[in-house]
Amino acid sequence: MFHDADALLLARFQFGFTISFHFIFPAFTIGLASFLAVLEALWLRTGRALYLDLYKYWLKIFAVVFAMGVVSGIVMSYQFGSNWAVFSDRAGPVIGPLMAYEVLTAFFLEAGFLGVMLFGMRKVGKELHFFATLMVAVGTFISAFWILSVNSWMQTPAGYAINEQRQFVPAGSWAAIIFNPSFPFRLAHTVIAAYLTTALAVGAVGAWHLLRNPAHEHARKMFSMAMWMAALVAPVQIFVGDAHGLNTLAHQPAKVMAMEGHYQSHPDGAPLILFGIPDDEQQRMHHSVEIPRLSSLILKHDLDAPLAGLDSVPPENRPPVKVVFWSFRVMVGLGLLMFTLGACSLLARAAGKLYEWRWLKHFAVMMGPAGFIAVIAGWITTEVGRQPFTVYGLMRTAESASPLAAPAVGASLVAFVIVYFAVFGMGSWYLLRLMSRAPQPHEPEPANAPAHAAGITSAPAIQGGARETGDG
Amino acid sequence: MAENLALTNAWGAILAFAVFMYVVMDGFDLGIGVLFSRLPVGRERDTAMNSIAPVWDGNETWLVLGGGGLLAAFPLAYSVIMSALYAPLIAMLLGLVFRGVAFEFRWRDSGHRAFWDLAFTGGSLVAALMQGIMLGALLQGVRVAGRAYAGGWWDWLTPFSLLTGASVVIGYCLLGACWLNWKTDGETQAHARRMLRWLAPLTLAALVAVSAATPFLGGEYFERWFSMPRVLFTAQVPLLIGILTWRFIRSLRRNYELAPFVLTLAVFGLSFVGLGISFYPYLVPNSITLQMAAAPSSSQVFMLVGAAVLVPLILAYTAWSYWVFRGKVAHEGYH
Repeated sequence: MFHDADALLLARFQFGFTISFHFIFPAFTIGLASFLAVLEALWLRTGRALYLDLYKYWLKIFAVVFAMGVVSGIVMSYQFGSNWAVFSDRAGPVIGPLMAYEVLTAFFLEAGFLGVMLFGMRKVGKELHFFATLMVAVGTFISAFWILSVNSWMQTPAGYAINEQRQFVPAGSWAAIIFNPSFPFRLAHTVIAAYLTTALAVGAVGAWHLLRNPAHEHARKMFSMAMWMAALVAPVQIFVGDAHGLNTLAHQPAKVMAMEGHYQSHPDGAPLILFGIPDDEQQRMHHSVEIPRLSSLILKHDLDAPLAGLDSVPPENRPPVKVVFWSFRVMVGLGLLMFTLGACSLLARAAGKLYEWRWLKHFAVMMGPAGFIAVIAGWITTEVGRQPFTVYGLMRTAESASPLAAPAVGASLVAFVIVYFAVFGMGSWYLLRLMSRAPQPHEPEPANAPAHAAGITSAPAIQGGARETGDG
Repeated sequence: MAENLALTNAWGAILAFAVFMYVVMDGFDLGIGVLFSRLPVGRERDTAMNSIAPVWDGNETWLVLGGGGLLAAFPLAYSVIMSALYAPLIAMLLGLVFRGVAFEFRWRDSGHRAFWDLAFTGGSLVAALMQGIMLGALLQGVRVAGRAYAGGWWDWLTPFSLLTGASVVIGYCLLGACWLNWKTDGETQAHARRMLRWLAPLTLAALVAVSAATPFLGGEYFERWFSMPRVLFTAQVPLLIGILTWRFIRSLRRNYELAPFVLTLAVFGLSFVGLGISFYPYLVPNSITLQMAAAPSSSQVFMLVGAAVLVPLILAYTAWSYWVFRGKVAHEGYH
């Protein structure tokens, strides 16, 4: 049905490109929405204006990230049909309803309450406004629930039958489809990743302003909150990530072989390859640095346990090791750095020097983008590790694509690349600009209109402090 | 099988509802976007954008429901339509990217505000035009072989699809101007009223042109509209549109604020019923019926349960959100 290898490769690039870009935004908004809900709850409970200032500060950043998430997300909901028509036709009866539920339970909830969250602070009461924030936060989580269920089903399909049109159809229980074997692990791992990503970004912004003004009260508060989050959640994430890995070993062993760089089987204890140059053509690892038997210990909890390598997998079913091996190492390396940052912050706290140690703040600033990079690296690991299948073991990527010629896919890919880099590049710059300004007492609301007709929203309008804080 | 038919028709109706909600709700957003360039920089533009800032995201979500629902309930139609309309679909998505981010970006960067204003208008125009083109391309039919699209990637471009494209742009502009007439006052409202005076006849002309061209696209449309006794029913559609037009002109003369918007919604509703007459029982005219494309009952039932509970809930909190932002909008946002 589909023979054009170039078009296939371009379609894969296009999906990978658009989803990687998109994923950055929800990874931030899932965590940020919860952070905002916590800030507003703290404000309602304590009445401290500091929390409201921080809420309004991050709300402006949230609005920009959310807008980018929405527009890049709409693209995703149509990418399946435009570039992966055969996959959509065959897997639609199973994954389609889950995605429809995502729209019905999550997207509308987020969008319906976002307007009140952003602009309604003086239109509805405090409690109702908090409710709106809460609904947006809940919506981001529900969205993650459904879309990760879809993704997990593609990795570990369950509860399906195949009809005479070769479509995957539900075999009986939807619970078997939704709660497929890898879903709980993937959901936990991804949502925690979103929280960590946000914590690191918030921590970096706090640290940045503390480096300039160590006494800045707002910066101290957000730095402290973020470091608590990193210290508590990074170890949990390592534990959950390990459990996710073991689940992958049980259901997608070839992916783990690629992550580990195990081209060869090891009948008595497999080494942990720290680094090396994977060579997919020769199916061997060059210049590898290994720790004997450690991989068997990690994966099987037994130094001598045999571990199969890719030589036990038919060549046409092997994932590309080059990509998976490296993206996995990037993710794990950054995860360990996050753990280190959290641990250092605990030490600093114990020593009573959380706001004094400059190197800790520098470390936190440098780790600001780490969450985003780790999320993308993890995503690449799991998605490329699923290759050469779209529905693992059942439907090949090569038979999933739309009947399109390479020029059509190539032209749209170029358009996406140009538009995304331009638009989201500008957006990221605006985010950095918002972040580079420290939160202030009487932080203004998201000024979707200039406070003065002159049309400047920056310093003069803010320092004028003409706007009420909503305390009243 | 009878239950299947009812179930499939129910999903056809739900999706039609989602698309209609999208068309009227994002319709006025996109219309305001297109008209944006005609508004003077400053107070009028700020007011126009602020009037939709709290609701545009929710409005756009109906488009995602349309896409997601089609994939879930009629996967075959989804895969054929999206590959057949590949180029306009991607152009529409990119247009929506520019339109969507402009809502935030224009306030974040006064140095580039002119650029983002242009992106807002350009994005809205491209999205509206492509939606109209996609409608026309579907109406004129797409080539299907087996379970896949079999045409080329420029098949969608015809005089008819350009006509529908332009018509949708004009119709959206009318909706947008009606919205501004309702939600703003002062100079912005007066400006919107002046635009209504030429947008209304233009929309009517577009409606007539598309309606006149459609029955001659292929044999079946003519049958569906003009065969006895169907014509007794179908003839009501243009008749009602005539009555609505008369009411619309009267409401403009009397400077009503809400009535023109409601009447325009009604005209869109009737046009949509007209499209339903043209399409049914096909999803892709002349090649794929609702029945052929339907997902198994188990998929459709699973979603129907959710839709039955959730769609009314969505409508309730969407209505609440509109109610929170009721009344006239000032150039500094809702107060």
